[in-house]
Amino acid sequence: MYTNDFDYYRADSVGEAVELLGDHDGAELVAGAHGLLPRMKTGDESPPALVDIGQLNGLDAIESSDGGSISVGALATHAEIADSEIVREHAAALADAASELGDPPVRNGGTIGGNLAHGDPRSDPPAALLALEGSLEVRGSDGERTIDAAELFEGPFETAVADDEIVTAVRIPTDDDAVSGYRKRRDPLSGYAMVGVGVWLRTDDETIEAARVAVTGATTTPARLSGVEDELEGSAVSEETITAAAAEAGTALDADAFVSDVQASAEYREHLLTIDTERALYDVLDVGQ
Amino acid sequence: MSEHNISVTVNGTHHELTVEPRTLLVSALREELGYTGANVGCETGRCGACTVRVDGETIKSCTRFAVQSDGAEIETVEGLADDGELSTLQEQFQENHGLQCGYCTPGMLMSADTFLRENEDPSREEIRDAIEGNLCRCTGYHNIVDAIEATADQLGEQR
Ligand SMILES: Cc1cc2nc3c(=O)[nH]c(=O)nc-3n(C[C@@H](O)[C@H](O)[C@H](O)COP(=O)(O)OP(=O)(O)OC[C@H]3O[C@@H](n4cnc5c(N)ncnc54)[C@H](O)[C@@H]3O)c2cc1C
Ligand code: FES
Ligand code: FES
Repeated sequence: MYTNDFDYYRADSVGEAVELLGDHDGAELVAGAHGLLPRMKTGDESPPALVDIGQLNGLDAIESSDGGSISVGALATHAEIADSEIVREHAAALADAASELGDPPVRNGGTIGGNLAHGDPRSDPPAALLALEGSLEVRGSDGERTIDAAELFEGPFETAVADDEIVTAVRIPTDDDAVSGYRKRRDPLSGYAMVGVGVWLRTDDETIEAARVAVTGATTTPARLSGVEDELEGSAVSEETITAAAAEAGTALDADAFVSDVQASAEYREHLLTIDTERALYDVLDVGQ
Repeated sequence: MSEHNISVTVNGTHHELTVEPRTLLVSALREELGYTGANVGCETGRCGACTVRVDGETIKSCTRFAVQSDGAEIETVEGLADDGELSTLQEQFQENHGLQCGYCTPGMLMSADTFLRENEDPSREEIRDAIEGNLCRCTGYHNIVDAIEATADQLGEQR
């Protein structure tokens, strides 16, 4: 199975990649090709030119900085993130999402930058990024800027990363008093998320002080679940709180927000979202079950 | 149509070849270089029949353009046997009836071989997770897991 023909350029630096994108109309970056190549085979995407950043040095580092955040290089593979002690300790939701993604060779093949820039609504990492309130560091012809998770996901395969921009790193703020996690229900056919829920909570053991909960897979665009968050914040850490919060899972979303396909109708996905939100909360809170 | 000269090392042998950008790594290996061990099953990244090692890590060679692997060290199933003598893993697949039609076997072997390098004493559960990306249409999973477990045992005894 061949894709359409295209021109190929390899960039030796981020600056050169930005230039190559500017020089060639319609050119797209390629990192792991695990998001793009399957869609080029089916004809869903057909870029006339690809700019390969897969071999750029130094873009895969995972580091924690003193300023209360960790930085994950855009070319870090899902396997590297799943295995990283820094990510496990400070951004467990992202570590969970990376370990639940695909299978071992796929985790070696795909990168976090490509995953988040692509905007595949079935992807796992977006719910983790939203719950962790991470951001992307990007570089384009106009210089550098930061894209917050809340602004990133615009629609299916639409993100705020512009055509001439390169994601260089994912930054995640850290908080020693917070816990986070990601729970995935696999689509039995694709293995992507049919429903994925990311949670981040700060508690003083008795009360939930701050809550961030996000969905991917079930909806056409990954989104925060503000109904759940409102119910959690200020409530006691208890089974009752979890049940009440999970019941709000669909309330802040539009009726047409849910995906409907051969695997599950929109109504069923909405139902599953309540169940998986509840389970995701139990995963990180020290109560019952 | 543009073409690119690339070089790769496959099982220790250096190769130079010219590819179109859209040539898949698995096609380059099979059709240009004659390494037909990597099989083509689904071509969507799901089945794992095309699994090879690139710079020490397994990837599905149908989901990578050959040109992206310029300069890479590639290992295929042909490299597992030593001068015609099967590796322990290959022997255990034979011993435990770990293959039926054999179509998934090259990819299974590459995933299992890579996994066993880092996991000397794996549980059956861990073995199953390790071959999650390799589907066997003959569904001989029990025997495949047996073969990998037996390999770990045998290599452990030899250490
Ligand atoms: C069989 C299979 C199963 C999978 N299962 C899952 C799953 O369960 N869950 C999941 O979340 N994902 C899954 N994926 C996709 C995941 O592996 C990829 O990591 C991801 O979608 C794309 O990453 P990539 O590095 O391969 O990007 P590419 O495919 O190289 O690029 C994807 C897009 O992002 C752009 N891009 C790439 N890098 C950058 C960058 N640094 N800056 C700006 N733009 C960039 C490209 O131009 C392109 O538009 C699966 C893929 C396969 C093949
Ligand atoms: S042929 Fe590559 S994964 Fe099936
Ligand atoms: S032995 Fe036939 S597909 Fe696995």
